This record gives sequence, structure tokens and C-alpha cells, in this order.
Amino acid sequence: MNFNEIKVTPEVIQAHGLSPEEYEKIKTLLGREPNITELGIFSVMWSEHCSYKSSRYWLKNLPTQGSRVLIGPGENAGVIDIGEGLAVVMKIESHNHPSFVEPYQGAATGVGGILRDIFTMGARPIAVLNSLRFGDLKNPKTRYLLGGVVAGIAGYGNPFGVPTVGGEVYFEPCYNGNPLVNVMAVGLLRQDRVQRGRAEGIGNPVIIVGSPTGRDGIHGAAFASRELSEKSLEDRPSVQIGDPFTEKKLLEACLELYESGYLVGIQDMGAAGLTCSTSEMAARAGTGIRIYLDQVPLRESGMTPYEIMLSESQERMLMVVKKGYENKAREIFEKWDLKFAVIGEVTGVEAPHQQPLLQVYLNGQIVAEIPISSLTSEAPLYQRPFVKPDYLKETANLDLEKILLPANPEEVFLTLLGSDNIRSKRPIYQQYDHTILANTILRPEEGDAAVLRIRRVGNRMEEEGVEERGDGKLKREKAIALTTDGNGRYCYLNPRRGVQIAVAEAARNLVCVGAEPIAITDGLNFGSPEQPEVMWQFVETIEGLKTACTTLGIPITGGNVSFYNETNGKAIYPTPIIGMLGLVEDVRYITGQSFKDPGDLIVLLGENKGEIGGSEYLKIIHQRVLGEGPSLDLQREKALQQACLKAIRSGLIKSAHDTSQGGLAICLAESCLTGRGREKNPYLPGISVELTDSLRWDFLLFGEDQTRIVVSLSSSNLEKLQEIAYSFQVPITILGKVTDSGIFQINDWIRLPISKLREVWTRKQ
Amino acid sequence: MKFGVVVFPGSNCDQDTYQALQQVTGQQVEYIWHKETKLGNYDGIILPGGFSYGDYLRAGAIARFSKIMPSIINFARSGGLVLGICNGFQILLESGLLPGTMMKNRTLQFICKDVYVKIEQNTTPFTLDYEKNQVITLPIAHSEGNYYTDPKTLEELEINGQIIFRYVSPEGKVEEEWNPNGSLHNIAGIANKEGNVVGLMPHPERNVDSLIGDGMGARVFSSMVNWYRRKG
Repeated sequence: MNFNEIKVTPEVIQAHGLSPEEYEKIKTLLGREPNITELGIFSVMWSEHCSYKSSRYWLKNLPTQGSRVLIGPGENAGVIDIGEGLAVVMKIESHNHPSFVEPYQGAATGVGGILRDIFTMGARPIAVLNSLRFGDLKNPKTRYLLGGVVAGIAGYGNPFGVPTVGGEVYFEPCYNGNPLVNVMAVGLLRQDRVQRGRAEGIGNPVIIVGSPTGRDGIHGAAFASRELSEKSLEDRPSVQIGDPFTEKKLLEACLELYESGYLVGIQDMGAAGLTCSTSEMAARAGTGIRIYLDQVPLRESGMTPYEIMLSESQERMLMVVKKGYENKAREIFEKWDLKFAVIGEVTGVEAPHQQPLLQVYLNGQIVAEIPISSLTSEAPLYQRPFVKPDYLKETANLDLEKILLPANPEEVFLTLLGSDNIRSKRPIYQQYDHTILANTILRPEEGDAAVLRIRRVGNRMEEEGVEERGDGKLKREKAIALTTDGNGRYCYLNPRRGVQIAVAEAARNLVCVGAEPIAITDGLNFGSPEQPEVMWQFVETIEGLKTACTTLGIPITGGNVSFYNETNGKAIYPTPIIGMLGLVEDVRYITGQSFKDPGDLIVLLGENKGEIGGSEYLKIIHQRVLGEGPSLDLQREKALQQACLKAIRSGLIKSAHDTSQGGLAICLAESCLTGRGREKNPYLPGISVELTDSLRWDFLLFGEDQTRIVVSLSSSNLEKLQEIAYSFQVPITILGKVTDSGIFQINDWIRLPISKLREVWTRKQ
Repeated sequence: MKFGVVVFPGSNCDQDTYQALQQVTGQQVEYIWHKETKLGNYDGIILPGGFSYGDYLRAGAIARFSKIMPSIINFARSGGLVLGICNGFQILLESGLLPGTMMKNRTLQFICKDVYVKIEQNTTPFTLDYEKNQVITLPIAHSEGNYYTDPKTLEELEINGQIIFRYVSPEGKVEEEWNPNGSLHNIAGIANKEGNVVGLMPHPERNVDSLIGDGMGARVFSSMVNWYRRKG
């Protein structure tokens, strides 16, 4: 039986995740019933994952313009001007559902997919960060997922040859059935090498390169657009298999092709594979595409048009080259032992609709014919209803009187220092190659953000063109800083404020290393948008994000929305993750987070308020998730960041570290424990700190008040720092001194040897 | 002096090595494609780190069969300088230019961190510029660096002074605690008997300037140039 003779019944439609109304719309757009292949194509292109049908209406409110933004949302990744003819490409993506079902391959292919987005744009990937959320670590399943995800990220990024330089991981029970795996990738390129995902030029050949197409990952996009359940584990065939070796070759071949000038447009094949790449490339150029499936290199025989169009086999690219240069392009890919096949051509306006079409042929027979616009711009768009969730009435009700004062400050401090969300993440990042490319100036746990040197770029070193000195370095050595941040618990308690804190903290982290924040990529992870309470969280998040970006003056250059993060009807905390890029104009002023020299002053920029709502302290010590998270005044935040950056760029500061999870006490401890080569001298440093605020000691030590940075400096620079602080109206307080005693001392509350802190902070669990 | 950096499919430290050589030595550096069969006119060959051919079978196991390898083996046998870093070391072992083999790290995980390495011999062409017994910091990044060989070969390596780099404490003590991967006798790098072929797991090319580290890896490359000059 011809595959396309399979009948499209209501059950088949439902199994494709399409509503009856959506099916009616398909019939109207086509002017007839779709066949099964066409139904498959519509179902993936109209899935939440590909169409953003529940979020598009809101996303357009986000600020995406800025003087440094060369390409904003809409292409495969954002492109940001960093001066001297160079640009940074960056994007964050989620691979949450696949990572729950098959953690190693789910995470690995997540890395592979976002890396392709970066080199599709013409850039060489130079860094990866990952933002992970798992359930309770006491749960054995969490350990299995954590181990698999970390090994998967390492197993792809390490062979590919990109350093994994940063990220975060948090454990909360709400992620027990739905972990989050968000990967941010960053690339570097010359501005005149930017590539586009556009199928320009009628008659130009359409080409598929990379791995052959197999049956893996069919319907991954639709799978990502559903809630998880016990049955999801049966979806394991929906998870793709990664091959970093092929991707590495594909990268090198693509970069060679970009130098040749034969290329017209290129797009990677990620979600919805051939379907999505053909229709999006055509849509951007206003053209049509005709492809012949018998020309597609296949991994196995007997694949149906439906399977070929929907396969999510990894390490493939779709490209359009100038007609007549197919063989020149072929030579490059064959040099790297990669498949190269001309599978069709760019078309113009076609009958019967007199509009650009996606036309799919197999053995001379047409098997699908769909107007491009019906797959892209005419995809459904929903303004879903939203309502404030009831749980907020309970969580907002934090009675501070009822929080009993613990007996022993040292005990509380050590418990927090050794807790899952606070202790050292070395066991994780040690599995990631974070030094390859030899540009990593600040590594994980060395600074509040990762810092990478920017040096010559391009396909190979022989390349010319970027302004260089005689010794091959850029005229002015510069660096970029990268971070990801997001506290799901704050967002659960107050989504609007929570996302603002994420933006503020990401920017603060960049400032602490000496970078000016210049661009954001956002990964928005939520439950089902069909639940009005979840939709309310989403709408509040967008509003908060808009305000924070506008006030701090940092544009969003692209990102990702992941809905349906729930299991058996229970949604995760709303978890927006902010990936941020900063620019260090002068590498002399890069600042780590660790204390340096005995005798240095420890100074707080900002003020202590003792806010414990949503804190680790409240959760770990008092088992409560209450309050609204700490308060945030964006104007004060901006002033603090400007003051700190100015002080760093004036060369006044030796270390800078912002207070976040665990509050001031944990911040001070981290500045003692981190730093390269610390194990060489186990006695250094100690601190002697006297806090004079009239607050309860537990609130003062562990409150997660925003807008605070702890810096250390030589006492001879204090006056200059004070001047800067006054000029920005930022409160400044001397907390104490760095010592060589090896003792961590705060008032008469805590007096412990640093070696004890290190033991607790690095203890294996 | 002219350096060649071999590029296998899956090499990923080739460009770092190329840049380090240029930056440190100022000498001519070229890439050598793995499909070449004849080796050009080089004075030193580097097999860089990476995952040649994906390392899906065993690190370096496929690369030894690549088209370029016979001429590199000839080059080494006739006294040419060959340095293998990380995956390059693994390829040197697989191709028999150096004795022994690599097993998975004892943790069974990839490890990326700084290690302390002692320069056991400063008479090789790759370590001339170091002090004997000097302790330096270098990054490692590998999952198969657990060096193993039979007791007889190990004894020979020790007696002949073929162990060039060893994992040690910051004070230079050879202790198990400072061995990141479980390698025999804390071996981080070895030479052949003649001393013209050296392989090591740590990445000197990732520590050649003071912005990234303390720059102490640079001397591996400057030593090669100095040795070449002395030889005249």
C-alpha cells in the first residue's frame, strides 16, 4: 500500500497533537484534506516547539534593539558587535524532555543542536554554558539523571572541542519529574562572515550535508510540546543520537565553505529536521523549495516520505549554494568525509496557489505540496487565558516572628555551606573540558562569570583581515564574560520580580569580573500554557523581563521557550534562565572572586536588609518555601553595577563577588575557598569580619538581599573607592580584613578554620 | 626551524598548538593533513590533542592507521623530533613509537583540571629550558590517561631515564593523592630511548602566556627550538 494512502482519521489527527480547529484551518489553507505526510509536516511546524504559538504574541514585547545588536531574534542565533570588526553569536536552548527520557543522549544532542545554531551563523563556537535543574538529590532517579546529563554534555562538548566554561545547577523537588537542561553556546566571527538561513535565488540548488538521515528522533518537536508522564519513557525512540565527531568535521567543512563564497544560505536541521529547515529558509527569503526525497542520503532503506521529512537525525545541515558551484562545495565536504547531496532547488511562485510552495517528490511522484506561509507565518497564534494562581496567597504569607532563631550560628553556616545548591560544583565541571582553545581566563568558580580572551578568529590561522598587531594579537586585547542565572524558587514566589532578579544577578556577575553587560539570550521554561495559572506566570515573566532589560539597557538577541514542563499535571517552578554576554575592554582589569592578600580590606557595596523570603536558609534550615524573594530596586542595582565597574576599571579592586544563594556569610566563604592553586597554600587566607547591622544574626548572615557586592582591596585604595561609591550614591561599609590566620571569623558568631570550610564545601555526597 | 602540526579528523587542539608554537617560538608552523602520504620538510612534528576519528574504538587506535602515519614513523625513526600531546601521546603509544598503553582514568570520568608536573629530565629536546626537578602547573583534559605497561618495560623506563614528566604534589613529592588518573609511577609523559620522541598527557599549549596561566608550558616549545639551534 502506498504510505500516503493511510487515512487521516480524527484519531490520527489527535495523535499528531493537532486540535480539531487546527485541522480545519489546515484544510482551509490547503483547500483540501492533507495526506498523512502533509499532516505530519503541519503537526511539527505547528507544534509549540516550532511555532511558539502560545508565546509569540507576548515575546514581541521584549526589547531586542541596541547599538551592538547586528542580528536579533528570528535567525538561528543573535549576533552582537564587539568592535574591531568582530562579533559574538549566542543562543540558549532547552533539551528538557529528551534529557528526562534518555539523559546522556538528550543532553548530548542538546549541546550538538545549539552548537550547530552557532556555526550556522558563520561563527566558530568558543564556549558553552549549561543551566541545569534537577529534583531532590536524595531521589536515586535524580542521581541517575544528573550523572547522565553531565556525562552527555561532556561527551559531546569535549570531543567537539569547545570549552564548557560555566553555568549553574540547582536541585528542587519541583524538577523531580521534569529536569531542565538548558545549554547556551557562544561563537566568534568576523562581521563580514555572517551567514543567513535564507533560500535565495530561484534555481539555486538545495543541498543536504552531514550525516545520512535515519529513523531517529521522529516527532521530537511534537514530543517536546507535550507534558511528560510515565508513558513518556516509551518515547525513547523520539530521542536522537549524537555524534560529536561528525559535528566537528561538519564545523570545519562549513567554515571552509563560508570562506569560499559559494554559499547563499544555510540552516541546521534540528527540531523537525528537513521540514523545518526547508520551510524556514524559504520563508525568510520569500521563495519556495522543491525537494526530491530519493536524493536524500539515508541510513536505512524503506523509509517513508513521512519519516524522511520528520527525521531529527543529528549533524545535518541544509544549504543553498550558487548554481554552478555545487561541485566546488562538494569537494570541501568530501575532503572531510561527509555526505553531500543535491536534493532540490529554490523555486518561485507556483500554481495552483500562485505562492511559494514546499513541494516534496519521491520517485517522480509528488507526496506533499504545501504553501510555505501556511507552515510559518500562518501557523496558529494563541492569546491564551491567564489567571493569578491561588498558591501565591499562601506563599506570600511569611510571618518572620514564626521563624525561630537557631541556637548555633556555626552549625547553620556549615549546613548551608555543604548543601546541594551551595557546595562546590567541581565534581560536575571537572568533567567538562573548560581549558581547550586556551582562552579561558576565569574558569568555573574563579569568578562570578567565565571570562574568555578574544584573539584571532576565522577558519584557520592563515586568515587575514582583522585588525592585528605585528605579533598576531588584536590591537587591543579584550575579553568577553559569560554567565547564566535564574532562581526558579524566586520566580515561583513572584514571577515578575524573580525574572528581574535573574537579569540583575546575571548583569552583576558580569560586572564583578570587570565586564560591561551587552546582550541577553533567554531560556524560558514553564509548565503547560493551556493552564491559565502557568500562562499567568509566563505573562508576568515577560513583563518583568521587559522592565529589567529596559532599565538596565541590555537587549535580548534571541532565546528559547520551553512549555509543557510538567509531569502528571504538576508544573515545574517557572524558570526563566538568563544567559548574558559582557565585554571586557581591557584585560588588565579582570577580577576574580577570591580574596588575594592578607591585610586587604573587605568592603560591602550595597546594604544589608536581612531578607530571607525564598532563601536557601529558609528552605534548608526551616523547611519553608515562603515569602516573595528578596526585593529589588532596578535603579539602585544599576547604580551599584556602574560604581563597581568603574572601580574595577580604575584598578582599585582585587576581588569582587556578589551575594546570592546563602547570603553574605556564604559569599565571604566562597571568596576564601575559590581561586586557582589554592590547595598550594591551605592556610591562606582567613578573614576577620565585624558586622554592625542591627538585624537578627540569621537574617543578616543568610538573607539573600539583592544589590550587594563584596569587594577586597588594598587599604590605600579605600578613599578612591569611597569617592566612586558616593558619586553613584551606593552605600559602602568596611566589613573587615583578609588575614593569614587560616581562620574564618564573623563577629563572635562564627570562628572556624578554613580547612573545615573546605572539607564541608567539597565533601562528596 | 619549521614545525608541522598534524590534523586528523577529530583533532581539536591543533589550532591551539599552532598558535602556541607561533606565539612562543616565532618559527614557521604548518598544518599537515592526515590524508597526505609524503611528509614535507619539517624539523619538528606535533601530534595534537583531540578525539581523532572520534576515539570511538580506543583513543588513538584508528589514527595510527591514517595515511600520514608511516612517514611520521620514518621521521621519528630517523631521529626527527616528534611530540605527542594528550591524544597525540595516545597515538604514539598505539603506533609503537612509545611503549605502553592508556587505560581509562580510574574514576572512569573525563577530568579537566590543573595538575602539578615535575620535570624529571631536562636533557631531552623538549625540556632543555626547564630546571631538573622543577615543578610546573599544566592543565589536563582527558578520559584515557591512565598509563600502563608491563613491569619489565616500566623498570626500563625508570632505569633509562625515559620518564620525563610525573604528577607530583606542589612540593614535588611523588604521591598517589596527586595522581589524577591512576597512571603507573605517576607517569605524565615519557620519551623513547633516543629521546627524540616524547608523549605527555598534560597540555603545555594551554599554558603559554600569563593571561591564561603562568606561561610555564611555553618552555616545551622553546626547548625544541633551542635544541635545534644547538644541534646547528
